[in-house]
Amino acid sequence: MTPAHMEAALLLAGVLFMLGLISVLIRRNIIFMLISVEIMLNAAGLAFIVAGSKWVQPDGQVMFIFILTMAAAEVSVGLALILQIYHQLKTLDSDAANLMKG
Amino acid sequence: MELTFYIAAAVATVATILTITRYNIIHALLYLVVSFLAVAVVFFTLGAPFMAALEIIIYAGAIVVLIIFVIMMLNLTHEDVDKEKAWLTPRVWVGPAILSLVLLAELAYIILAPDTQPTEALVAVDARVVGMSLYGPYMLGVQLCGILLMAGIVGAYHLGRQKKKVVHRFLQPKEGRSAAI
Repeated sequence: MTPAHMEAALLLAGVLFMLGLISVLIRRNIIFMLISVEIMLNAAGLAFIVAGSKWVQPDGQVMFIFILTMAAAEVSVGLALILQIYHQLKTLDSDAANLMKG
Repeated sequence: MELTFYIAAAVATVATILTITRYNIIHALLYLVVSFLAVAVVFFTLGAPFMAALEIIIYAGAIVVLIIFVIMMLNLTHEDVDKEKAWLTPRVWVGPAILSLVLLAELAYIILAPDTQPTEALVAVDARVVGMSLYGPYMLGVQLCGILLMAGIVGAYHLGRQKKKVVHRFLQPKEGRSAAI
């Protein structure tokens, strides 16, 4: 693999991470914010895979498996929180959940 | 292989851009699946076929389906799409987008800056080596992942539990009915 290809892959990870970051900044719908966090986690995993491929070591893929596990646990807890917020506030607007005592 | 990578990278970028600009959540999720599939192809070209399979099974399969189930439970209507359209005005998204693009430009400069890198051929890291490493030096990490998943299950059950619904109004307790009204 040529270095240009590797750098392009790393750049793709950066682009995807930045798109997720933009989305989590501009959105007010909490489901969209959760999806954006998933995009960012996926981009981080891609960066690990690229690094593991560069140095021909299994560590990058091991880290990707850990990120995958973490993303699965995070999305289950996040969706439970979204359901709870929707039942309490009847909206998906993240600005509505601005009180500590609902 | 080279061309495959660039096409998949373009598809992933375009699909992600379409994901973050949709107003309808289901449309956004479908584009997200396309984005994950493209990233899986990128993994394949980088010599990690097992990770490509895991990406499709867990990201495009499990996680997206979980989100779709929750959206079905929320029972969203056309009004929510209109509300989303009203929320996402250019005044809202221009500032964060420009600042993030500046960060991306810096990142691209760092990655693409001329630097002496030795060239080497692509060597695939197959699943066997990954498994040996995962259950060898990373054993503690695997156990921590198990604890994390356990905490995720318990947390999701605890947070997702709802109050018991009373199906008939005569069975409803007095204070509950007054609170409902």
